[in-house]
Amino acid sequence: MIKSIKTWILVGFASLLLVACGQGGGGAGSKKSKTLENTKKAGFVKCGVSQGLPGFSNADASGNWSGIDVDVCRAVAAAVLGDAEKVKYTPLSAAERFTALTSGEIDVLARNTTWTLSRDADIGLTFVGVNFYDGQGFMVRKNSGINSVNDFKDGISACTNTGTTTELNMRDFFNSKNIKYEPIAFEKADEVVQAYDAGRCDTYTTDKSGLAAQRTKLSAPNDHKVLPETISKEPLGPVVRQGDSVWEDIVRWSLNTMIEAEEYGVNSSNASSLKDSDNPAIKRLVGAEGELGAAFGLDNDWSLRIIEQVGNYGESYKKHIADTGILPNRGPNELWTKGGILYVPPAR
Amino acid sequence: MNLKKLNIENKKIRDLIPQILTVLALLSVIIYFASNAQINMGNRGISFGFGFLSQEASFDIAFSLIEFDGSYSYGRAFLVGLLNTILVSVIGIFLATILGVIVGVARLSSNFLIAKTAEWYVEIFRNIPLILQIFFWYFAALRALPAPENAINFYDISYLTIKGWYIPKFVWINFDIFCYSIILAFISIYFFNRYAKKQREEFGKILPTLTLSLGILILIPLLSFLLLGVSLSFNYPELKQLSETSYTYENGVSIIPELIALALALSMYTATFIAENVRAGVLGVGKGQKEAAASIGLNKGQILKLVVMPQALRIIIPPTTNQYLNLTKNSSLAAAIAYPDMVLVFAKTALMQTGRAIEIISITMLTYLSLSISISIFMNWYNKKMAIKEK
Repeated sequence: MIKSIKTWILVGFASLLLVACGQGGGGAGSKKSKTLENTKKAGFVKCGVSQGLPGFSNADASGNWSGIDVDVCRAVAAAVLGDAEKVKYTPLSAAERFTALTSGEIDVLARNTTWTLSRDADIGLTFVGVNFYDGQGFMVRKNSGINSVNDFKDGISACTNTGTTTELNMRDFFNSKNIKYEPIAFEKADEVVQAYDAGRCDTYTTDKSGLAAQRTKLSAPNDHKVLPETISKEPLGPVVRQGDSVWEDIVRWSLNTMIEAEEYGVNSSNASSLKDSDNPAIKRLVGAEGELGAAFGLDNDWSLRIIEQVGNYGESYKKHIADTGILPNRGPNELWTKGGILYVPPAR
Repeated sequence: MNLKKLNIENKKIRDLIPQILTVLALLSVIIYFASNAQINMGNRGISFGFGFLSQEASFDIAFSLIEFDGSYSYGRAFLVGLLNTILVSVIGIFLATILGVIVGVARLSSNFLIAKTAEWYVEIFRNIPLILQIFFWYFAALRALPAPENAINFYDISYLTIKGWYIPKFVWINFDIFCYSIILAFISIYFFNRYAKKQREEFGKILPTLTLSLGILILIPLLSFLLLGVSLSFNYPELKQLSETSYTYENGVSIIPELIALALALSMYTATFIAENVRAGVLGVGKGQKEAAASIGLNKGQILKLVVMPQALRIIIPPTTNQYLNLTKNSSLAAAIAYPDMVLVFAKTALMQTGRAIEIISITMLTYLSLSISISIFMNWYNKKMAIKEK
């Protein structure tokens, strides 16, 4: 009997010790990046993407992911691991995405996520940039005779996704117009499309790029149209966890590199031949000048690998958004030098 | 440590120590996880607290039993979700019980067609995953139902359409008096039944309790209409044009198709299990019991009511309690078809808008736990009441 009591005392003591250890550990290193170390150890970048949004992140029949959000993941993998294919994709619903990131299930969230103050400041996230400037719009049936949001009437039912800024914008919009509406909010985009297609709702509202992409999934895409009005600003961009500033910089500058490369005319086919260019900005981009990678613990060819393996922003946009017919016109997502608002800080 | 001082020889204390240590060890583990979570949240700049519950929700909900729009708080949104969960659970339990009893009895029928139909129903519906059935009822029903302008018309009073089932709105005057009259009716019925029981047991006089109880239930509220100024009128749904090709109904009450599909799927699924419980219960009563009852001159109805059912219920109630709990918990699949239950409104939408994962999931889990325990307590009480009392 004495023996069993001793065992119990030991168990109790051990668990108290466990508590003490728990208090001690866990502090994040200030200069070293834990995420970078873990990524190198694992051999792949853990990236959260959508459950299927053509143009942004979409898997084909054999499970290969593509899209401009996916290209951000690939750029990070190319910079950090030297191979753009070394990405583990985790499809996430809108409601799951932030918890997956803060809990460490993924290290980069590239899932058409709107940058807002409360998301950036309040829930342990950091937005690193914008890879698509979007705005919320409405899709209706062509034969409805609705040509503008001013034709909406009391009693209209609107389908959308739950857990998005869309839900909040929709309320602001209908309130400002003093229109009573019925909000039908689904968890997954596929169900929104099906319900709208079946006639459950009179309009489908989400980001305009999303509307253009989801329209292709309708039974008769040409019977529907997107209204001209844009009711909100939706800057979409990749997100990382707060507290690892080195990792944050890596993801930010992986995206910036793609945009800067387009600005200087560096693309996947000419990048390696530009090592002896006369322009120092181009030489820095392809790793022939400066020691930029060292700042976040990478070698000097990190940006060259991004451009060679993933391409510049323009190539990515053309391949996934323009050529697929989703949004042939780049609009605000054109470089600042060509009338758009894509403008990134210089890489030097 | 001096073991003598702890009085280790005393058997009571000796038995107690391992239990105390077990509790301590368990507590340490919980504290460890809690503090670990706290440290990690601190490192990632996530704050913890329940203050968000009083913040403005700023999203709307399609279907709510209490008044709600985005200017109300997250706490109120939680309440809306909870009531919607309770609503679909109550409807589901009610329908599942009726359907389950019918199918369970039908399986025992001597009519080959009825028995086989019931058997097929049970085998098909309990073997298909519930989420698929929910999708089936939702999307199949959606595709099959007509647009508002071609609605299925019930005598110009009620309309069934793809956008919902529109029923007349009840417009009450002095609704509170009507409520009191109903309560009064139930109290009268209770005392009347006690009186009837006394009459039966003391004087052997059998009063028609059921008929008279129903009479009281109708008469007292009717008097409130005639004498106390209660009145009821209806607002009928009217067709309204939204655009060149789309319509809706206004002025009535809309029962959204998401609720109909979910209640249907939940009750069709759970009814199969209840049916099997009912079958087991009825088969569990020995044949001799019925024969003995018949031999002392009870008629068929009395045999069922006084001999078979009390014994069958003993077998039926405990597993059926499980099914009620399952149905309530399964209602959380509502999010898939946009029925605004507690999970969709609170654990998904509110969680996303506030980012308070740990707080919201804890509240949601505790709420489901309390719901389940309440159902359990009620069913245990009912079970005890139905148990055979040995005299």
